[in-house]
Amino acid sequence: MSATIISLPDQSTARLPKVNYLNKEHGLLSWLLTGDHKRIAMLYLISTTFFFVIGGAFAAFIRMELLTPAPDLMTSDTYNKVFTAHGLIMVFLFLVPAVPAIFGNFLIPMMIGAKDLAFPKVNLLSWYLYMVAGCLMLGTIIFGGVDTGWTFTTPLSTHYVNTNVISAGLGAFVAGFSSIFTGLNFIVTIHRMRAPGLTWFRLPLFVWAHYAASIQMILGTPVVAIAIVLVALERTIGIGVFDPAKGGDPILFQHLFWFYSHPAVYIMILPPMGIISEVMSTFSRKRVFGYTAVAFSSVAIAVFGFFVWAHHMFIMGISNYSALVFSLLTMLVAVPSAIKIFNWTFTMYKGSITFETPMLYAFGFIGLFTIGGLTGVFLGVMGTDIHLTETYFIVAHFHFVMVGGALMGYLAAIHFWWPKMTGRMYPESISKLAAVIAFVGFNLTFLPQFMLGYMGMPRRYHAYPPEFQVLNVLSTAGATVLGIGYMLPMIYLVWSLKYGKIAGDNPWQATGLEWQTQSPPLTENFTEIPIVDHDAYDYEWLAHKTHREVTSVG
Amino acid sequence: MPISPVIWQFWQKWLTNFGLLPAEASTVAPQMDALFWVLVLISIFGTVLVVALVIYFSARYQKDNHPVAEDIEGSTVLEVTWTLIPLILFMICFVWGALLYFRIFNPPANAMNIYVVGKQWMWKAEHPGGQHEINALHVPMGVPVQLTLISQDVFHSFSVPAFRVKREAIPGHYNTVWFEATKTGTYDIFCTQYCGTAHSAMIGTVTVLTPEEYKAWAASSTSGMSLAQNGERLFSSMQCNACHSGAPDARGPSLAGVYGTKLQLANGGDVYVDEAFLRQAILSPSQHVTAGYSPIMPTYQGQISEDGLIDLVEYIKTLHTDDRNQQTLTNSTPTNAVTPAAGMVKP
Repeated sequence: MSATIISLPDQSTARLPKVNYLNKEHGLLSWLLTGDHKRIAMLYLISTTFFFVIGGAFAAFIRMELLTPAPDLMTSDTYNKVFTAHGLIMVFLFLVPAVPAIFGNFLIPMMIGAKDLAFPKVNLLSWYLYMVAGCLMLGTIIFGGVDTGWTFTTPLSTHYVNTNVISAGLGAFVAGFSSIFTGLNFIVTIHRMRAPGLTWFRLPLFVWAHYAASIQMILGTPVVAIAIVLVALERTIGIGVFDPAKGGDPILFQHLFWFYSHPAVYIMILPPMGIISEVMSTFSRKRVFGYTAVAFSSVAIAVFGFFVWAHHMFIMGISNYSALVFSLLTMLVAVPSAIKIFNWTFTMYKGSITFETPMLYAFGFIGLFTIGGLTGVFLGVMGTDIHLTETYFIVAHFHFVMVGGALMGYLAAIHFWWPKMTGRMYPESISKLAAVIAFVGFNLTFLPQFMLGYMGMPRRYHAYPPEFQVLNVLSTAGATVLGIGYMLPMIYLVWSLKYGKIAGDNPWQATGLEWQTQSPPLTENFTEIPIVDHDAYDYEWLAHKTHREVTSVG
Repeated sequence: MPISPVIWQFWQKWLTNFGLLPAEASTVAPQMDALFWVLVLISIFGTVLVVALVIYFSARYQKDNHPVAEDIEGSTVLEVTWTLIPLILFMICFVWGALLYFRIFNPPANAMNIYVVGKQWMWKAEHPGGQHEINALHVPMGVPVQLTLISQDVFHSFSVPAFRVKREAIPGHYNTVWFEATKTGTYDIFCTQYCGTAHSAMIGTVTVLTPEEYKAWAASSTSGMSLAQNGERLFSSMQCNACHSGAPDARGPSLAGVYGTKLQLANGGDVYVDEAFLRQAILSPSQHVTAGYSPIMPTYQGQISEDGLIDLVEYIKTLHTDDRNQQTLTNSTPTNAVTPAAGMVKP
């Protein structure tokens, strides 16, 4: 009775719906002035991809320079500007906004059975703010760049560099408000606009994850905004908050900056965690193992995530005892992540598993995020942090979390929901190949960096001693492979817009409400507001529903 | 078949440029490595476990083998298991790491102190005997060495991977770290906190010498003036002794023997007088007024370099009586101050 057999629908009979959100209105203005969350998501998809390519190009320059120990490709100032640009673009213009603003935007209203987000115009405003931030960052780079590192460390950023710190800071500031508005919109929408019967514990875990991330966005981002404004004021009129000569304290900046920027890591990783929950469940044809544990672990990460920021400062001269407290809290925040990993893994237990591309990316996520999370423990442990912090170990660690975790989740999502967003399938075999290439390339790029870090190679180094060369060459080789792994999806996804197979409403036989409507959806999402009488991931309900539809047609 | 010399050379270059493990050259290095490798083992165990489960479930429950998914909500027993086991492991690592951290950042009382000033883009080490080094540090083997770090401009970070120690040198604040070298040789110093244009050139070498060699080195590279002697000269040239003369009617408090005591402040608080306090009291005196005195001392912010401050602090540390201050006050020729002060630290 509890068993469900679900077979994928026959796609040969699927047709693209005549009216959908993509073709309802035409013309550039209908896009630029849209209030439709799905269209705004597509605007974000295009713009974040644009910035991802630019950020990736800067990464390529970094890896090329590090091919040899000598500083031979560019000058030190240029190198410093290049890694700063890479960090600023990837953090503020890709990792923080990408998953919430594309997939959260597109899917949260659909998953909760709503017509749109609570504030469609604010949603559009978020995108415009994002674009303003993007233009500021691009302007910063084009008109001479900035070389503070993405962390804006004072007093370097306030007194010692002559580059475009103000415009870069303003870019981060405006991008922050874009994500505050997005977070606000999500929270209100999730509270107020759920379909009848859709209780909190019937929500897909994707929604839980975005809810947790949204709380962090609206509570954390204002603090970094304050910190950046203070840097700007210190630079322009010398207010001295961070200047020891005027009685200020540069450590204060570290506190303010990391009070946001550590939660920012969870803003980047929680939404992809939501993606993994959806994908693992769908391709195992089984509800997520321990739904409540996974939901609450998201909330726990969001809460604990606010109380660990000083673990970025263990060697900076904070009191040994405060380091003790922050290290302890860091250990505690590692546990909910471990819980999630095991729950996803056990979602497969006694499932009926298929291995479509999103599932492969989800496997990549689980493997790489496990390594990323465990190496985080090395840095949260106070003793080993002394040796490993500020080296390539930490670079490898956060790339495992951000690229191995968040980006793999992003790629899982883009393949998983591509049929829903565009109505067409991506080509399956080449996308599997791309997933494998990205996984191999990623490991080749970043595993050697752990060893470099253990040997002591400092981060942000333009030149390095010769004994580090071989590992750096391996890393650069891996980055090349990884680059191919990212370029392939960009090419075949664009190709599939025209030549992909027609997807049909629910090609994966997934249970989410977003799959129970046409692909691409109507502007209003649903023809009638759904009434929810089942839990999330209820495949039995789906089987009965499909069965009823088939019999009523037949 | 003979190996092509090109391939042979390539292979040799490959091997020499392929470092894997850093040298272990301090007492703390093996302790750090022990914890590190335990963490590596835990990580490998965790990763292998997860990967093995994913592979096993993929093979066992793929659609062909297992066409019908079973509806399982979860398992409280399993949830508790995989909450508690990581928690316990992390807690063990936390306690172990905390012990190590406190060991590295709490220098033993008998440690020999060397000041290190970071500035864009070099390290300047100042030995108690007055030896100055740029981007180099000579230390004796088997002797605990404490580094007191400060930066003159931006954040820097003093890292010696072979010793497994690292500490930031930040402006306005003394940070300390210590190590005891166990192997002679030279090891890399890196600046690991990004500090601007030539960050990656802010490197140097630590040379570990035997105690005898260190003594010889110290004797041969001294400028003839210890830090405290430099400080004494500054003390009189900046006319600190005009107020801090130790006379009963002096406008400033006597500084003799003040180091290491608990001082009552004018604002009612009391404070332990260490290097950091002395430095702050020179730079922002109005916030560090000794009880019973009025806040008349001008600030010396921007007038003394970090090196000068170190000299002054070292001088004040050696002041046990006010005799010499009064001497230099009555004596108009400050060159007399070159003679060593009583109780001065010898290298």
